[in-house]
Amino acid sequence: MAERQFMRVRPDMPPGHVRTPSYLRGKTGWVERTLGPFPNPEQLAYGNPADALPLMRVRFTMAEVWGADAPHPQDTVDAEIYAHWLELAEPPHAT
Amino acid sequence: MTNDPQNFDGRRWHDMGGNAAGPIPTDQHDFSLWEKRVDALMVISSSKGHFTVDGLRRVLEDMGPEAFETMSYYERWIASVNQNLIEAGVYSTAELAARMTEVAARGPTYGEASDG
Repeated sequence: MAERQFMRVRPDMPPGHVRTPSYLRGKTGWVERTLGPFPNPEQLAYGNPADALPLMRVRFTMAEVWGADAPHPQDTVDAEIYAHWLELAEPPHAT
Repeated sequence: MTNDPQNFDGRRWHDMGGNAAGPIPTDQHDFSLWEKRVDALMVISSSKGHFTVDGLRRVLEDMGPEAFETMSYYERWIASVNQNLIEAGVYSTAELAARMTEVAARGPTYGEASDG
């Protein structure tokens, strides 16, 4: 995967057990590193056999998550998100 | 692309990231023996392959916000561990009921009930 590949978190809101925080759904960040593969917690949670999935550490700016008027818009937050929640994306802001 | 921080339709109750919140409590406390036993039961259940921390979390989330407000941390854990162990077929509800009655008959204090 290309360095600083931008990814958008899928905006899905399923009712079951997921590990993707809702405040990041629909937001775009870049891949800081790839981890795993790890068994999918969405399957493990129900006692089912689990697919091994890449886990991406994705970095988001405060401006992306909370809006341009966030107190420290260029600060970042990292979140580890399973690959099936991520889609390739363009950079969210002009830099 | 939206950047609307209020765009949380469909979010589940436990998914609290970004909510307004008060100061973080920093006081420490010792765990009681039963709480340590609940923790140990989770470790044993996981190491034996009965269920994973994901199953623990799933039931905690499904218990809803009322349980979060009214039950202590390890009270919620033992409810979830029990639910997962029954689902995994480790014991039946009837076996649990008989054992709870047996333990309660030992005496009203924790020390008496534990010594069996």
